[in-house]
Amino acid sequence: MYKLSNLLLACAFAFTLQAQENAGLKLPAGFSATLFADQIGAARHIAINEKGVLFAKLNYPNKAGQAIVRMEDANGDGVAEKLSGWANYGGTGIFVKGDKLYASSDDAVYLYQLDAKGEVVNPSAPKTIIKNLHSRRQHASKSITLDPKGNIYVNIGAYSNACQEKDRTVGSKGMMPCPILDSAGGIWQFDGTKENQSYPEGKRYATGLRNVIGLDWNNTTNSLFVTQHGRDQLNTFYPSMYTDAQNAELPAETMYEIKEGDDCGWPYVYYDPFQKKKILSPEYGGDGKKEGGASALDPIVAFPAHMAPMSLLFYKGNQFPAKYREGAFIAFHGSWNRAPLPQEGYFVAFVPFKNGKPSGEWEIFANGFAGEEKNKGPRQAKARPCGLAEGPDGSLYVSDDSKGAIFKISFNK
Amino acid sequence: MSSNQMKFLLLTVFALIFSLQVHAQNMVKGKKIYEAKCLACHQADGGGVPNMNAPLDGASNVVGNDIARLVRIIRYGYNERVALDGFYYSNAMTASPDLKDNDIADLLTYIRNSWSNKASAVSVAQVQAAKKKK
Repeated sequence: MYKLSNLLLACAFAFTLQAQENAGLKLPAGFSATLFADQIGAARHIAINEKGVLFAKLNYPNKAGQAIVRMEDANGDGVAEKLSGWANYGGTGIFVKGDKLYASSDDAVYLYQLDAKGEVVNPSAPKTIIKNLHSRRQHASKSITLDPKGNIYVNIGAYSNACQEKDRTVGSKGMMPCPILDSAGGIWQFDGTKENQSYPEGKRYATGLRNVIGLDWNNTTNSLFVTQHGRDQLNTFYPSMYTDAQNAELPAETMYEIKEGDDCGWPYVYYDPFQKKKILSPEYGGDGKKEGGASALDPIVAFPAHMAPMSLLFYKGNQFPAKYREGAFIAFHGSWNRAPLPQEGYFVAFVPFKNGKPSGEWEIFANGFAGEEKNKGPRQAKARPCGLAEGPDGSLYVSDDSKGAIFKISFNK
Repeated sequence: MSSNQMKFLLLTVFALIFSLQVHAQNMVKGKKIYEAKCLACHQADGGGVPNMNAPLDGASNVVGNDIARLVRIIRYGYNERVALDGFYYSNAMTASPDLKDNDIADLLTYIRNSWSNKASAVSVAQVQAAKKKK
C-alpha cells in the first residue's frame, strides 16, 4: 500500500511537471509557449502595440476594478512583470493602431490615447466614437477592427438564435422578413475618428451574420474576413428532423470574406458542411435537405459545429515557418451545444492561405487549453481560448476568458 | 393533547419527512427528464455555460428555499438576464408547458440532489402551490 501511494505521488508529480511544459499547451514541433500572465480577469480580445505592450479587454471588471489590463514584459523572459489597468466597463473588443487604443463595451466604442511608453493618457476620459448600439443580452459583445483607411468595423450580433417569433421556443416560426437585420445580425462600418456616431452615421456593411466575434482585415486581399457562430439547437427544436448526433455536427462554424453589401444568409439558411450546401432553416420551412439563400455568400472555410470561433488573426510576421505566413489563426472557445456528445474545440486552429485564399485544410495549431481532450461541459475547461494578437517579434498571444490566462507562443529556430 | 391528536401530529410529521426525502424512483424519473430537456444547455455536469446558461450545480438559488420560483422558471421559461452568485447569464430559457406537476417535482428533486447539490426533495403539492401564485 505504501509503495502504491508513493508510485501515485510520483506519477502525479511527473504529470504536474509535464503540464507546466509549454504552459500545458500541445504545439507543433519547434514551438514553445510561456504563461505570459495569469488570472488577470475574463480576458476577451487582446491587442499589442509596436513595442510589445499587450492590452486585454475584460468581459467585466476584475477584482482591482479594471476592465482593460496593460501587460509589459520588460526583461523579455516571456512573462509580463508589469501589470496595470483601467476602465470600469466590461466588453470584448480592443484594437491598437499606433498611439490610439480602441475598446468596446457591449453598446459603445471608446478611444484612448497612448503615450510613447504605451501608457494610457486619458484613462477616465476616452472619446466616445460609437454609442447606443443594440445590446440585448444575447450575442451582445462588440468586436472591432480597423482597415488601413481608418474605417472601424463593428459586429452587432443578432439578439436571437434563429429569428423565431419566440426565441429558442419549440414550434415558434421564423419571422419573415427577419426584423432584427435592420439593426443587428451584421457588420457595421463607422469612421474611426469621428465622435458620437450611432446607427444614423454608420453603414450596414454586411448582413445575415448571426454573431461574428472574430474579424480581421486582410492586407493581401484588402478586405474584411469574419468568423460566424452558427445557430444552435436543431435537435432540441426539431427532434423529428435532427438527431443529437446530427446536431452535434450541424451547422458548420463558417469563415467569410466580406465585401460591402454582402449577405451571409442568417437566419434563413445555415451551412451544412457534409452536403456542402446552404440549407433552409427549419424555422423557415426547411427539412434538412431543401436548399435556400441563393444570393447569400458561401463560406470560404467551414469548421465543425458549435466550436465558437472567438478571434481571427492573419499572420503578418516572419518568426513562424513559411507555411504560417499570411495564414489565418482562429481561437475556438469550445462548444456547449454538442451535448450530450463530448464537447470540442478548446484550441487554436490554423488555415494556410496563399494569395488571399485558403490553400489547404484547417488544422489544430495549439491544443490542451481545456486540460483534457474531452470534457463534459465548458465550466470544467481550465482555459477557453478567446483573443489573439501578434507581437512585433512575430510571437502569437492567446487569451483565456475563463480564468484569465495569457499564453505566448513562439517558434524556436 | 389527546391520543388522536397525537397520532394525527405524528402522521403529519412522518408524511412531511417522507415527502421531503429523496427517493430513488423520483431521481431516476427526474434524470430522464433532465437529459431530454435540460442537458443541452445546462450540461452533463450541471455546470451550465459561462455567461450564457446558468449553472445548476452549486447554484445558491437552485438548492435554496424558493421552490416556487424554480417551478415557475421551468414551467413558464425565463427571458431575463439573470444574476447568480456573482455572474450574469444571458440566454433565454424555453417554457415547458408539456411537463406535468409530478414531472416538475421529479426534475427539481433530481437537480437539487445531483452533482454536488444536496437539498430537500420537491413534492407535487409544492409544484401545485407555486403555479397558483402566478
